[in-house]
Amino acid sequence: MHELSIAESIVDIVTETVERRGAGRVAAVHLRLGALAGVVDEALLFSFDVAAAGSPVEGAELRIEKVPVTVYCPSCRIDRVLAGVQPLCCPTCGTPTPTVISGTELEVTAMEVEDG
Amino acid sequence: MAKSLRSIEIRERVLGKNDALAESLRSRFQESGTYVVNLVSSPGTGKTALLERTLSELNGERRVAALVGDLATENDAQRLSRSGAPVRQITTGGNCHLEAEMVRSALQDWEPAGSEVLFIENVGNLVCPASYDLGENLRVVLLSVTEGEDKPLKYPPIFHSADLALITKVDLAEAVGFDRAALQANIAAVNPGLPVLELSARSGEGMEAWLELFRNR
Repeated sequence: MHELSIAESIVDIVTETVERRGAGRVAAVHLRLGALAGVVDEALLFSFDVAAAGSPVEGAELRIEKVPVTVYCPSCRIDRVLAGVQPLCCPTCGTPTPTVISGTELEVTAMEVEDG
Repeated sequence: MAKSLRSIEIRERVLGKNDALAESLRSRFQESGTYVVNLVSSPGTGKTALLERTLSELNGERRVAALVGDLATENDAQRLSRSGAPVRQITTGGNCHLEAEMVRSALQDWEPAGSEVLFIENVGNLVCPASYDLGENLRVVLLSVTEGEDKPLKYPPIFHSADLALITKVDLAEAVGFDRAALQANIAAVNPGLPVLELSARSGEGMEAWLELFRNR
């Protein structure tokens, strides 16, 4: 369970941005989370509230955008989106592929702050 | 008057600090000519037993050293130091994985002189270590024949992030009815083309192919 340390890193990133930009209260934090990132969203949501307590991010809502795994199929020569995290093969023709185009993301994309 | 919301773009990788630190460790290892191996597995797969034998076999021939992560004890470092190779324990104090900062900090006042191969034994855990780059050159995921052939399907991120899979305890394969073909298929499902070696640190079977990876480094 490393979601707490992930949550602490998210809070640090947002706190730094708040301080740099002189922003007000943070209402929401947006995160892109790949299916292959190895992070459980429920555990992260719980950990986020704990990590945010006492920081400028306290009370903010963590909004998680889940990113499915996309692989490149060398046979079809096109990117294909998988329904789950395995098998890593083309869902259409079945060719195995190690080429993951997306689905490992773990990225803070934006925050919403209150002005005034 | 209602407060208005303003959106501010951030676009920052959550583990960006760890990744940047891992990159700086990687360049430092490259400069010192040190090849770094990160061993990850469940608890009880035999990381320490493998490392014990690996260090003993390679020590004297290559300059080898090991950093071992554990939640609370120093037992592994004590076991491994019998090989004669320099060994240091990282006690994570309950943290379930190693991070680049722990490696940096451990190397601050302990840099085994001229190490050609540095093994890092991660905390026994098939989930969390997957996310943390330690600046290694080779990430090795271990899986024992007693663990069940479906482990790769249950823990895709760690198998996906590995450069090599080691099947350990193959001396027990027959006794536990190990299904080699099923495991190979499951590994291929999460990391097609991942090289796989089978070995037993106890019987010595398959050890040569593993040791060969480091003999010519």
